Amino acid sequence: MYDITVIGGGVVGGMIARTLSSYRLKICILEKAHDVAMGASSANSAIVHAGFDAAEGSLKARLNVRGSEMMKDICRELGVKYQNNGSLVIGFDEDDRATVEALCRRGIANGVKGVRVIDREELRALEPNISDDAICALYAPTGSIVCPYELTIASIGNAMDNGADLYLDFKVTDIRDDGDHFTVFSDREQIKTKYVINAAGLFSDAIARMVGDDSFTVHARRGEYILLDKECGTLVHHTIFRTPSKMGKGILVSPTVDGNLLTGPTSFDIEDKTDKSTTADGLSLVIKQSGENIDGVPFGKSITSFCGLRAVGSTGDFIINMPRSRFVNVAGIESPGLSSAPAIAEYVAQLLANSGLAMEPNPDFDPHREAMHGFREASIEEKNAIIQKDSAYGHIICRCESVSEGEILRAIRTNPRPRDLDGVKRRTRAQMGRCQGGFCSPYIVELLANEMNVPYESITKFGGASRINVGKTKEAEA
Amino acid sequence: MRQINLVIIGGGPAGMGAALAAYDAGVRDILILERDSALGGILQQCIHNGFGLHRFGEELTGPEYAWRYEKLVREKNIPFLLDTMVLDITSDKVITATNATDGVFQLQAKAVILAMGCRERARGALNIAGTRPAGIYSAGTAQKYVNLKGYMPGKNVVILGSGDIGLIMARRMTLEGAKVHAVCELMPYSGGLARNIEQCLNDFNIPLKLSHTVVEIHGKERLEGVTIARVDEHRRPIPETREYIPCDTLLLSVGLIPENELSKTASVTLDRVTNGAVVDQDRQTEVEGIFACGNVLHVHDLVDFVSEEADIAGKSAAAYIFGENTECTDIALSTDGKIRYTVPQRITHKKDVTVYFRVADVYRNVTIKGTSGERVICQKKKPRVAPGEMESLTLKADLLTGIDTLHFALEER
Ligand SMILES: Cc1cc2nc3c(=O)[nH]c(=O)nc-3n(C[C@H](O)[C@H](O)[C@H](O)COP(=O)(O)OP(=O)(O)OC[C@H]3O[C@@H](n4cnc5c(N)ncnc54)[C@H](O)[C@@H]3O)c2cc1C
Ligand SMILES: Cc1cc2nc3c(=O)[nH]c(=O)nc-3n(C[C@H](O)[C@H](O)[C@H](O)COP(=O)(O)OP(=O)(O)OC[C@H]3O[C@@H](n4cnc5c(N)ncnc54)[C@H](O)[C@@H]3O)c2cc1C
Repeated sequence: MYDITVIGGGVVGGMIARTLSSYRLKICILEKAHDVAMGASSANSAIVHAGFDAAEGSLKARLNVRGSEMMKDICRELGVKYQNNGSLVIGFDEDDRATVEALCRRGIANGVKGVRVIDREELRALEPNISDDAICALYAPTGSIVCPYELTIASIGNAMDNGADLYLDFKVTDIRDDGDHFTVFSDREQIKTKYVINAAGLFSDAIARMVGDDSFTVHARRGEYILLDKECGTLVHHTIFRTPSKMGKGILVSPTVDGNLLTGPTSFDIEDKTDKSTTADGLSLVIKQSGENIDGVPFGKSITSFCGLRAVGSTGDFIINMPRSRFVNVAGIESPGLSSAPAIAEYVAQLLANSGLAMEPNPDFDPHREAMHGFREASIEEKNAIIQKDSAYGHIICRCESVSEGEILRAIRTNPRPRDLDGVKRRTRAQMGRCQGGFCSPYIVELLANEMNVPYESITKFGGASRINVGKTKEAEA
Repeated sequence: MRQINLVIIGGGPAGMGAALAAYDAGVRDILILERDSALGGILQQCIHNGFGLHRFGEELTGPEYAWRYEKLVREKNIPFLLDTMVLDITSDKVITATNATDGVFQLQAKAVILAMGCRERARGALNIAGTRPAGIYSAGTAQKYVNLKGYMPGKNVVILGSGDIGLIMARRMTLEGAKVHAVCELMPYSGGLARNIEQCLNDFNIPLKLSHTVVEIHGKERLEGVTIARVDEHRRPIPETREYIPCDTLLLSVGLIPENELSKTASVTLDRVTNGAVVDQDRQTEVEGIFACGNVLHVHDLVDFVSEEADIAGKSAAAYIFGENTECTDIALSTDGKIRYTVPQRITHKKDVTVYFRVADVYRNVTIKGTSGERVICQKKKPRVAPGEMESLTLKADLLTGIDTLHFALEER
């Protein structure tokens, strides 16, 4: 019997599980996919928002500002890449200036530190490549960037290191209230638990309905991105938003913590919550609008395009409540959900304590997780000390990102263990460079197959039917 | 730091050829660094034949061709390190590399030859709309699965791009029992060799759809199909011509990109058309003592020309190490656009030189002229030229007297 079951292996579920693992509680995380960080937490803008966006007094505003304050320390503890690069919201005309000024006032009211409106000259000094048509900007020095899937993986890994269990391929299909506990069902398994935390992202409305709560719905809003080569990562230094309009926040241009350039997202409501396809119109819009903000975005250097789905709740704010005893909704966590995640976890812990759950600190809790990128950033001497102990660190597998066999093997052996190519990619950056796995994926398939002791052709890209090879060649079969 | 006369980055045909040429010119202190676990470069996975017709007068497979060079490298005891990845080169020719035995180490070279080959353009560079399922590979990756690992990436195949690797894989997959439904090529002509279209597509009744592209990818987990469409003269898809083809595999053969990330760390100037270094007739880059040859310099369709270029680079590196010199000049080469580029881009020494180039489109009955001002320096007639096939023109040293520019233009008759 678990004390707590968290449904959803995204950044919200992960942060909640990690926070709760600092108490003496038996915890599990249920995730329907083949790996964690497969939902919105892996495909978003990666911005730790300063907190000037959300309406004053909303839960979003409060948790955003608090989460963004906590983020730096949490990333340090979890060994996750984080960079305080500052954000700029640029305006092109007098209407925009009025909006920028209103955002600034809202930021101040929300408690965002250091926000101010800057003029054309200061803007140009901060960002020489910005469009000549920009006349002013909101400058938010506390705006930051983070690696969102790394944060998700690290928080779940850290929760596991502190005793939590992770069940992958566990799609919750029903929840039964057995009076003093719940039974949570998948098609194949069941789990007994005292509390359930519903952090199922886009599907949190479906989970809530399983316990009779139909007070909200969640729908999907598509956001498409184009990611550019590291060569372009210094085109801008800050995260550049354009002034929000009725049509939403518009396309941003931002460096990523790994030095690539990210442009996007689009914003279209869609029916199918599983449709993560990009559209020709969407990608054209990304290209067009980025070009309006920044001169000379070199889209010829694109290395991938992708799509994330926002979980838009029907209430307009984050939905964090207990519709019945021992059941917590954490739903409608759209942007700034990533920024808010640490604060959401803190808030949920408080909610549980208030509801009477005994929360005794776990004396063995260790908030730290070793950084996956440690080797990459080490000096030559430090690297050689590691290679001397384990020569696999001297053998490069991914050539574009210079990832060694040692780093890949370590990732495969570290909680939460990846079992497919995309899982290795998110943990090590192998296959994430300019050739997108062209060279190294055949070798990574081999490392996975050996470590997991399964046939080569059973390895998938991301679980399910996503197999890389369908069988042996005639010669190999003979 | 260990000092070495000549360090060669890459042990493919270019690297091995350059090492042998430098050895024959008297250099003994040589080291080849190769990141793969064997010498031979991309030839290792090219198990089809069609290599060496120019060089050896016979048809060899890729591995056979590579072995001719590797055998000589071994016989002459030219040192090489395998599984060794070069991470950085400075313009002072300090090389940082890593492998499992020596860890991360640095070398100071007197001369460096860049021979890193090229990589394939990936899906991301094309921004094709749709889902991101398994089943999409660059053709060379599929070739590696099939030829080196013995696994089949799929059974129902569409190929985008008619580069040579794509054509070769169309045949290879067919022979392995897969069905190749079509090869789609954006341009109105193929970028591959004419003989490959004949032997790899026509002989197997695989349709080559020119002026077609893939506009959408379908399938959530494994690829389920692609939508293709004809494109207009501006290469924009024509919506009415959309056609759905069910398939589980999409192979991309949409271009090769010289691997010049290291060249950039060494501040080598790159040519915007070739994506390789700007070089002189010796294949010396604009950084003194750093040379380049093979696919890292410009993409070759025939390995025979790679070997030719490697000879030049190896010999020139030797001359540089020994401080030899010939009479200087400085001639800048330019082109008219119909001729996309030349290699070399500059001529700095007066000696016989062969200028290699590629054209931008298919042209018939052409005269290719090299002029300096009004003066015609050299010319050549050809019944047909195509972007997929590299052309060349050889100039005798005495033609180079008294000129400081050389403009290459193509005239249709
Ligand atoms: C385009 C876009 C841009 C964004 N940009 C930013 C930004 O810059 N800054 C920011 O702060 N926020 C941003 N966000 C918001 C942020 O990404 C999300 O708020 C956050 O990732 C939500 O995390 P989550 O854990 O709630 O959801 P998810 O990551 O979607 O996790 C939910 C998990 O639940 C699992 N699940 C669902 N149903 C079941 C079931 N029945 N059984 C078991 N498991 C189930 C899913 O598989 C999934 O893994 C953006 C979002 C999008 C889409
Ligand atoms: C599929 C295919 C079919 C072909 N068909 C034919 C044909 O039928 N006939 C024909 O004549 N030609 C053919 N070619 C062309 C010919 O094979 C190539 O032009 C030739 O192999 C290029 O040689 P290279 O040495 O420049 O590059 P490569 O063979 O690519 O060698 C480069 C080497 O450098 C190494 N390297 C790169 N970076 C580093 C680093 N940082 N550190 C250490 N090592 C590094 C690489 O691992 C590689 O081994 C074909 C090519 C391909 C790909």
